[in-house]
Amino acid sequence: MSIIIYSVLVLVLTGIISAVILYFVAQKFRIVEDPRIDLVAEKLPGANCGGCGYAGCRSLAEAIVKAGSLEGLRCPVGGEKISSEIAELLGLEASTAEPQIAVVRCNGGRLNTTSKVMYEGVQDCLYAHLNFSSEGGCPNGCLGLGNCVGVCAFDAIKMDPKSGLPVVDEEKCVACGLCVKTCPRHIIELRNKGIKNRRVFVSCVNTEKGALAKKNCNVACIGCGKCEKVCEFDAIKIENNLAYIDFNKCKLCRKCVQECPTGAILEINFPPRKEKLTIDQTQSIQN
Amino acid sequence: MKTFNKGGVHPQENKLSNDSAIEVFPLPKQAVVFVSQHLGAPSTLVVQKGDKVKAGQLIAKAEQFICANTHSPYSGTITKIDFATDFTGYKKPAVYIDVEGDEWMEDIDTSKDIVREIKLDSAQIIEKIKEMGIVGLGGAAFPTHIKYMLPQGKKADFLIINAVECEPYLTSDYRLMKEKAEECLTGIEILKKALNVDKALVGIEANKPDAIEHLTKISKNYKGINIVPLKTKYPQGAEKQLIYALTKREVPSGKLPIEVGCVVNNIGTAQAVYYAIQKNMPLVQNILTFTGKNVKQKKNLLVRVGTPIQSVIDYCGGLPEDTGKVISGGPMMGKAISDLSAPTVKTTSALLLMSKKESSRKEETNCLRCGKCVTVCPMGLEPIKIAQLAENRLWEDTEKSYAMDCIECGSCLYTCPAGRPLLDLIRVSKNHIGDIRRKRAQR
Repeated sequence: MSIIIYSVLVLVLTGIISAVILYFVAQKFRIVEDPRIDLVAEKLPGANCGGCGYAGCRSLAEAIVKAGSLEGLRCPVGGEKISSEIAELLGLEASTAEPQIAVVRCNGGRLNTTSKVMYEGVQDCLYAHLNFSSEGGCPNGCLGLGNCVGVCAFDAIKMDPKSGLPVVDEEKCVACGLCVKTCPRHIIELRNKGIKNRRVFVSCVNTEKGALAKKNCNVACIGCGKCEKVCEFDAIKIENNLAYIDFNKCKLCRKCVQECPTGAILEINFPPRKEKLTIDQTQSIQN
Repeated sequence: MKTFNKGGVHPQENKLSNDSAIEVFPLPKQAVVFVSQHLGAPSTLVVQKGDKVKAGQLIAKAEQFICANTHSPYSGTITKIDFATDFTGYKKPAVYIDVEGDEWMEDIDTSKDIVREIKLDSAQIIEKIKEMGIVGLGGAAFPTHIKYMLPQGKKADFLIINAVECEPYLTSDYRLMKEKAEECLTGIEILKKALNVDKALVGIEANKPDAIEHLTKISKNYKGINIVPLKTKYPQGAEKQLIYALTKREVPSGKLPIEVGCVVNNIGTAQAVYYAIQKNMPLVQNILTFTGKNVKQKKNLLVRVGTPIQSVIDYCGGLPEDTGKVISGGPMMGKAISDLSAPTVKTTSALLLMSKKESSRKEETNCLRCGKCVTVCPMGLEPIKIAQLAENRLWEDTEKSYAMDCIECGSCLYTCPAGRPLLDLIRVSKNHIGDIRRKRAQR
């Protein structure tokens, strides 16, 4: 009988002493956390994709609460809806960034260049980039080995088997910018999605002189400057033999598209033009 | 016989061009000379379009620390200063020269007499090496004078000369040793003086017995030059492996050979130094092995820098029909050339033509876990582990597995029975680690 009593007593005493110690430890090492972090984290999708540039959703929540504003802090997956919800919760102003999308600025690929050499090394763009120019000879163009496809957390980039170029899925792309950072040749760019998803951009990043660029690729920008002249909104600039359209200034008038002698400027999601199109232009719209 | 301690392979030697004596390649009509042909900061151009140049005249000056001068290998007129494609397909600034005759600068001695007496002192020699644009001819094109500017508190015990030529097919160093032994040895003597050491070790693999015999015989006239035969094993010519084979010293990870009191130079560099110091001739030509199993005329050619690769191929009877790859360098470490119109550079030591069958990759299958890659790795790494991490894009973990210590010798890839692209994956991870380290340094 006494054995039972002693055991119970020992256990009870141990319990009490431990409880006291734990209480003081908890007091001493208490972590004070802003309760709003949890609330914000709950609003976020919780996929921990890293698209916002932070390690996970909670890190973004912490950053938002700490910064006290939504300036530059944005969940690409949730978009405007979640931004406004968080803004309401914290009593802040939602940042009204225009929705963006990743745009692949190379239209060379297998269809518009001729392969001069064959690459059979490891399928990694960075490696290939350091070892040779490209199968078609363009030192700036897409290598087509798909680092951007591998890095996309939203399954939004696919390789087109016909052209060997990455194609961005407009529905799925959340403009997180991971592919932009990955591409060793800086071909992918985040551009405004545009009204009704309509975009006009120069689909080339080749900075070689016109004749050289044209030799390797049928649809290279040769830096002729025709588009710069025709643009009424001062949106096009030529630098290093390459035209660039500023998407903030572009009013989508499409004059430059018609003017471009090589078809390097693409127009996306526009209704077909009234006048008869040449075959090349039809193809570029379909692309 | 001495050799290095870890790993190594022994590929078929295929030294097919052993018996062809060095032939002087005729001057091309037009040549393209790259402004920068070394590892490090780019050099600054000092000539203009329309200028008349003589062979040996300075065309680009080194203005930064790790940098080398470039000289004109030809006499003629500069017709254009523009970008030119190098053998990787990228464009680099270059000088286009229309070759007219072969007129050298007045102070260059083009006679064949051997000059043995060294008039300059150590500092003057190093300055002259810098002036003459000498770069390491072992392949990396590292400016030679930097190696001789020892960091504070470091002292060299040995000068090590790499005459191993462990790559299959290559024979340029072998021919050099057989035909120009005295020039090489005088060059070594100059380098010894520059480094203030009494002892130079020349490592030669045992598959070149007549070169060993010839050099040993001549080296009796020179003081402190030891010819050391080494067991034939690849990659003996790698800097760290060669140091171990000759001195039993191990270079710590991420450190330079001077850490263990050694400076390593190629035998070709030694000859170039001889010409620079004794004959005032800058580095404007090198010996190039033209070889391959299907090549009818296998040759060792003395080629001026800037000769179009295509013209070398034409001179030797054109491309055989089933050529799959033209490789600049040896089969183990060389790079496939993607543009044949590109000119040669200071370090183009070989053009190897491989048939489609020879050059194609093994079919890739699953890893057998046989561990052969670990056994042959001369650096004691685990290639399969690094490759697996690289496949999963865990770059920081590859860094912890010492991927940066890989010397890219290709032994693992050569030996893998499953045809895994081990070396490629390690190279990929090295690139990514480099990227990570650069970002880290910026922070």
